[in-house]
Amino acid sequence: MSTRSLPEPDLSTRRAPGLGGLNLTVLRLEIRRLLRNRRTVIFALVLPVVFFLGFGLNSAYATDPDGHGNVSAFVMINLALYGAVLATTSCGAMVSIERAAGWSRQLRLTPLSPFAYIVIKMLTALVLGLGSVLAVFAVGLITGKPSMPGYLWIVTGLCVWIGSLLFAAFGLFMGYVLPTENVMQILGIGLALLAFAGGLFEPLSQFPHLFRTIAQFTPLYGLNQLVHVPFFGGGAHLAWVANTVVWLVIFAGGAIWRFRKDTARV
Amino acid sequence: MAVANAHSGRGLVPGAGAQPLAIELSGVHKSFGPVEAVKGINLNVASGEIVAFLGPNGAGKTSTIDVILGLSAPTSGAVSVFGMHPRQAITRGLVSAVMQTGGLLKDLTVAETASYTASLFTHTRPVKEVLERAGIAALADRRVGKCSGGEQQRLRFAMALLSDPELLILDEPTTGMDVEGRRSFWAAIQQDAELGRTVLFATHYLDEADEYAGRVILLRHGQIVADGTAAQVKALAAGRTVRATLAGADAVALRAIPGADSVEVRGDTVLIHSGDSDAVARYLLTSTPARDLEVTARGLEDAFIALTSDDTDGSGNYAGDPR
Repeated sequence: MSTRSLPEPDLSTRRAPGLGGLNLTVLRLEIRRLLRNRRTVIFALVLPVVFFLGFGLNSAYATDPDGHGNVSAFVMINLALYGAVLATTSCGAMVSIERAAGWSRQLRLTPLSPFAYIVIKMLTALVLGLGSVLAVFAVGLITGKPSMPGYLWIVTGLCVWIGSLLFAAFGLFMGYVLPTENVMQILGIGLALLAFAGGLFEPLSQFPHLFRTIAQFTPLYGLNQLVHVPFFGGGAHLAWVANTVVWLVIFAGGAIWRFRKDTARV
Repeated sequence: MAVANAHSGRGLVPGAGAQPLAIELSGVHKSFGPVEAVKGINLNVASGEIVAFLGPNGAGKTSTIDVILGLSAPTSGAVSVFGMHPRQAITRGLVSAVMQTGGLLKDLTVAETASYTASLFTHTRPVKEVLERAGIAALADRRVGKCSGGEQQRLRFAMALLSDPELLILDEPTTGMDVEGRRSFWAAIQQDAELGRTVLFATHYLDEADEYAGRVILLRHGQIVADGTAAQVKALAAGRTVRATLAGADAVALRAIPGADSVEVRGDTVLIHSGDSDAVARYLLTSTPARDLEVTARGLEDAFIALTSDDTDGSGNYAGDPR
């Protein structure tokens, strides 16, 4: 058996793929996988819509003027942001499940570069994040309560969508830190707390002073203020930008750090 | 160590030209903190060889394979696969591996898993063809989570075939399979190897090494303790027993035969254990009136125990690897 006569392997015809292996088939399959994960999809698409129907249509305040529109529009933006960050966090945190299943290790036996893998996770997260924003905005349109100029629907929707990438980084970081299949049960509660502190569910002015002070340093606070800038006008406070940038550095830096450790040739 | 390096010159045989070796390890050490899992392995595997890594748990099989696959870097020493860094060989689809467990996503179907993997390589066989070769074409639309252990292992095998690799590495691929599953899995591998692929597999099933490998490498405590054909490795440890009918045998003279390890005389019957049974048989037939010669080999199992056990008193009690 060891003395078979063989054609010489022609090594020169073999090439490494471009873009570290990134391709549309993988992206399509990742999105299909994501949609199969009913719990994630329901939480990301249905929960913010239900919250909007509960808090955004209350006739006691919904049509009161606010910013360049009304209170209902303000609440709709809050909940679109909540849905988008829930979506992107869930997608990022899926690396936890993939690591537990040994899939990340399996991928290291393919040409897929670790960086391309992260890009795929980010793009998948953006797809579900967009779904979440569109779901809330569509329900807002159908109910007819939220009112703001047409361009603000588009500009604000884009701000929320792009901003939610901050939480894709958060999800990735947590996915690498928390080695459990139940990572989203922990993150779901965590995100709800962050959403309260960020003023997404209730205006922060309704909370005690100490809570408000602490809340200003939490990661959804700055982002929430920033996505409302087009709605309220008047420009962005440096503190909001600083909050977002610092948390982006922490989440992305943490994800990169853990990710390097995970893929290090130990 | 007697037959180690028996194959080291094979990459240089005439006609091989500049063809690099499929695997070349030189002085590879691998430590995990204070634990030295691999203690200086030199290994050359030429294209087309079918090699078994045999050894108990903790012998360093998986650590060595991880180094060959670029999943871990050696603490010291050099590794090259087809003359390049393992990672380069992997990105070109020249090397693939079937791991023991894990490495699958439950929520993809069998066909989707294969398509996903195939899309990452530049040079691939069609998914359908590969699923057929692995014997799971009928399961294409089944979710991976609903496949049995054996079916999942066939999927791992299919994934490894997708890039049409020159070198296929299998790390204890049949662990946990039943006898029938193992047999049909190996039939598929063997059929595939006929096509000229270089195959290296780790196993602690002795019969697998004996039956499917052209070359058996015995590992113990992170070192190669034997390297040769299954027959050579068997002979190395246990030797063979030559039995003959010889009236009035002179035990002292028989013990003087070069290579005779032990001599037993029972009436007209002599039993001689030797690592070189040919020499003993030749001596008996040419220099004595011995007749009814019988040469019997012990199984690879005996070789395995003798070479990998710390227990050297010859009692045959396999002490197990203390890791």
